[in-house]
Amino acid sequence: MSTRLATGGRLLNKSRAVSFTFNGQHMTGYEGDTLASALLANDQMLVGRSFKYHRPRGIVASGAEEPNGLVNLGQGGRFEPNQRVTTTELFDGLTAKSQNHWPSLEFDVGAINAQMSRFMPAGFYYKTFMYPRPLWKHVYEPFIRKAAGLGAAPKERDDDTYEHFYAFCDVLVIGGGVAGLQAAKAAADTGARVMLIEQTAHWGGRAPVDGGEIAGKPVDNYVDETVAALEAMDNVTLRRRMMGAGVYDHGYVLSYERLTDHAPEMDGPRHRLWRIRAGHIVTATGAIERPLSFAGNDIPGVMLASAVRDYVTNFGVSPGDRTVVVTNNDNAYLTAIALKHAGLDVPAILDARVLPTDSALMAQAKALGIRVLMGHGVSTVMGGKRVTGVAVCSQAGEGSILETIPCDVVAMSGGWSPVVHLWSHCGGKLTWDTAQAAFKPDVDKAPTGADGKAFVTAAGSASGALLLADVLSDADAAGQAAATATGHKTGRNASAAPEASHTPEAPMAPVWLMPHGAGIKLRSKAWLDYQNDVKVSDVQLAAQEGFHSVEHAKRYTTLGMATDQGKLSNINGLAILSDSLNQPIPQTGTTTFRPPYTPISMGAIGGEARGDVFQPIRRTPMHDWHDENGAEWEPVGHWRRPYAYVRSGESTHDAVMRETKNTRDNLGLLDASTLGKIIVRGPDAGKFLDMMYTNMMSTLKPGKCRYGLMCDENGFLIDDGVVARIDEQTWLCHTTTGGAERIHAHMEEWLQTEWWTWQVYVANVTEQYAQIAVVGPKAREALEHLGGMDVSAETLGFMDWADGTLGGFDVRVYRISFSGELSYEIAVPASQGQALWDTLMAVGAGLGVMPYGTECLHILRAEKGFIMIGDETDGTVIPQDLGLHWAISKKKDDFIGKRGQERSHMVDPTRWQLVGLETVDGSTLPDGAYASAEGTNANGQRETQGRVTSTYHSPNLDRGIAMGLVLNGPDRMGEVLTFPGTDGKEYKAKIVSPVFYDPEGEKPNV
Amino acid sequence: MLILTCPCCGVTGEETEFHAGGEAHLKRHGPGSTEDQFEEYLFMRENPKGVHFERWRHVYGCGKWFHAARSTTTLEVYGTYAAQTHEPPKDLRDTISKKVPGWTWREFQ
Repeated sequence: MSTRLATGGRLLNKSRAVSFTFNGQHMTGYEGDTLASALLANDQMLVGRSFKYHRPRGIVASGAEEPNGLVNLGQGGRFEPNQRVTTTELFDGLTAKSQNHWPSLEFDVGAINAQMSRFMPAGFYYKTFMYPRPLWKHVYEPFIRKAAGLGAAPKERDDDTYEHFYAFCDVLVIGGGVAGLQAAKAAADTGARVMLIEQTAHWGGRAPVDGGEIAGKPVDNYVDETVAALEAMDNVTLRRRMMGAGVYDHGYVLSYERLTDHAPEMDGPRHRLWRIRAGHIVTATGAIERPLSFAGNDIPGVMLASAVRDYVTNFGVSPGDRTVVVTNNDNAYLTAIALKHAGLDVPAILDARVLPTDSALMAQAKALGIRVLMGHGVSTVMGGKRVTGVAVCSQAGEGSILETIPCDVVAMSGGWSPVVHLWSHCGGKLTWDTAQAAFKPDVDKAPTGADGKAFVTAAGSASGALLLADVLSDADAAGQAAATATGHKTGRNASAAPEASHTPEAPMAPVWLMPHGAGIKLRSKAWLDYQNDVKVSDVQLAAQEGFHSVEHAKRYTTLGMATDQGKLSNINGLAILSDSLNQPIPQTGTTTFRPPYTPISMGAIGGEARGDVFQPIRRTPMHDWHDENGAEWEPVGHWRRPYAYVRSGESTHDAVMRETKNTRDNLGLLDASTLGKIIVRGPDAGKFLDMMYTNMMSTLKPGKCRYGLMCDENGFLIDDGVVARIDEQTWLCHTTTGGAERIHAHMEEWLQTEWWTWQVYVANVTEQYAQIAVVGPKAREALEHLGGMDVSAETLGFMDWADGTLGGFDVRVYRISFSGELSYEIAVPASQGQALWDTLMAVGAGLGVMPYGTECLHILRAEKGFIMIGDETDGTVIPQDLGLHWAISKKKDDFIGKRGQERSHMVDPTRWQLVGLETVDGSTLPDGAYASAEGTNANGQRETQGRVTSTYHSPNLDRGIAMGLVLNGPDRMGEVLTFPGTDGKEYKAKIVSPVFYDPEGEKPNV
Repeated sequence: MLILTCPCCGVTGEETEFHAGGEAHLKRHGPGSTEDQFEEYLFMRENPKGVHFERWRHVYGCGKWFHAARSTTTLEVYGTYAAQTHEPPKDLRDTISKKVPGWTWREFQ
């Protein structure tokens, strides 16, 4: 039985009871409880089932390292799986459900796996589910998927909000225990801007529990005074419930603040992700106690010794009436002493060491009447869903049972490992501390920053200083060093570490397996990784099977790969692996520590970027009009363009067909504002554009337009558009909608990094103009109704442009056509766009005007065989493939892509080339379909001889039309190709000219 | 995430403010160049362990390209300089030599 004690509980407010439910059962705790302490107070030691064998598991730890106590927390839009009970602060109305069991926590069918465990060793899945291959998809994968994963995925949209913060400081201290407090004080006293963050709700860490005195007073006093002093300083920022998640290059730190997890009724965001840039970082992240590896060390009731005294001291909770302490160090004696002081029974301390004389703590324990058995350990723990006793053996032997001791808790301690995660994230190296049998930061190999100097300093027990007096002096030095590194001076006012005293501790002795000579039967019940069910025997098997690298052994056994990332199992696993390989632990090394230190919510990563603000959307001046007039939107880059304007009673396809026919027969309006518009100006602008484009732009006359192609140095087509020469030194280059920023950057890059002496200025003016294409046989009539400038064929011929006024608007009119119709593109300042659009709709009313969208635009251009960047091109297509030889200058010595296009593969006559494709039966070819050829390739796949690049139903021709790239295509006119579709059908299409409509080009030429 | 200083506008900013642009000091080979020269220009890169010279653009700032000398192993930034040059400045090369004696990179040392 675990229960609430009558006294104690330094973190509790016992005047305020809090009610919550666990698996539907109503329970109560106190304000200040964690979910873990409240569960224990309600005698709920069993909190989950293990991942692989579904073994019953209880609470092991009291902090972030907890491997077992994971629950589904909350409901509906606030449901979240895998929440650690030890870091979940209790609040009124909390609902938690245990995970990984069916049908119930107490009775779980999956526990059969435990009986099968000898048939499910490390690598079981890899070995078993390989063959036969056909079984994978329908048998093995569904089975494994069902078994995989912890907890349940949320089903509803997250009700909470999240945000990102940015912060800058000289010194960031991560960890608010006594080390962090002292380091922050030492740094702050120099005047440095200090930020101190602590992952829990309380300052002081575990020092107040472990006792000792600072400046002659209890540790709690020091904590209160130091926090008060720091709060009074303007240069210090203190945040609790904020975890240092990751340390990155050049002093960048991600931190995770939990604002309302403990009080969901509060307003504001639930979590906040801080992006902190620190001059220097102090990691005062403490140390984590290691479990001992003995048989049955996973039975509920086996806990870390430090956790047992945390529950007694901090929460006034007794994990059980009788606790056997098993240890290899003096520190765990504190637990026995704390339990005795709380009035609980400690039948024995099993100490694996053999010490020549009693240490101070040992003497204290004995004085309290506790039986201490030196050189002894646990042979096996008795019990199923709860510890009932331990079988005692000699540590040196093979596990022969000397006696059994009934108990309901086993408090174990295998020594302490400094939390080196944050030190290691960005390249800090570790060194093996033989005395503590632990890895600690190697001060000579710290992570280095932009200036090549160390930017992280570890402080306190995180640096390997485990005892109170050492912690304080180490942290004080770390704080001063951090401030000095950021250019602050420690003057006469510098603080000194206060004197501290603690009970001395005798040296620990490493114990990696208990008993030392444990046979396979015991070893296969000795757990290393509780959450992923990895045992001593699994790691030994991995070593035996050749997984000698620690990284390989980790992945083969899944040791340390669970949500706790091996905080308890890492060192114990390394030690077993090293022992199996007969090599010292430092030679084995550690696996890589990766951020985040503990899991952070997906919501915090997303921050504000969700819903409407997930991605900024670019809108043309006429966006709202389109929206109000039935536009179905198509994303093009960050723009939204109308795909079609759908009228009531119409399908989208109907609308596209209507718009396409109407534009050919009457008058269409297209919002072309999204097309890129780049001004290129200067004495060398012509020379520059001759390099940018494959054709000649320097010879273009002012007042004229020319269609141009742009390639990269490989020769591949990257963009196209109409270039207009404005005056002697000025050109305006149109780009594709998605290409404006990219092409502008491309131009800047060449100007700045290759031809920097050329006098050219480029400006992206895309958003300065609204541009409307007035298209169709009645286009000129519409403009004439507006009145103003002369738009006759004589004055404004095809590929001319002119400035003037139309209907009172100051306009620039380009007579260009991407549709094969008589067409004018009219540019006005963006602010005039909607007014011009309205005016054109009004004057067009009698002419059958209809707005048209991008799909109509596509069909119109495809009917004319005009290429589209991104359809006919895919980054491997050169202009020559598309029959665009006419747009490639032969007079120019050089342009970007010219040399690339001279390479043997680019002049290969077997490159696929552009043709039109006309289905034999008038149907529409599937997009992207390949034309099959005779024979098969080396992989047994059918050979191909071409592919579809654009395909549409043309309402003007009333049949399917397509363009494609085909082997020797232009020489094979009339030949019929076969295109197998993904629908199982075969499509037959004839090779034809890509110009389907008005091949003589008479329509625009009026 | 790196910190870089733009030599054009003088701003010291976060990596997200900049955009990496590959190896610095490439010599462009256009029409008339041999296959080997063109291959060298378009595809061959140093990929060093240690001192490296690379191009960056202050894309969410002044928009200018510049060069950075950086260690690919420690990420130390030895310095940044204008893009309008065919070789790293002498004083920067001297700075690097003090920190990394005997370094070489292409024809530079």
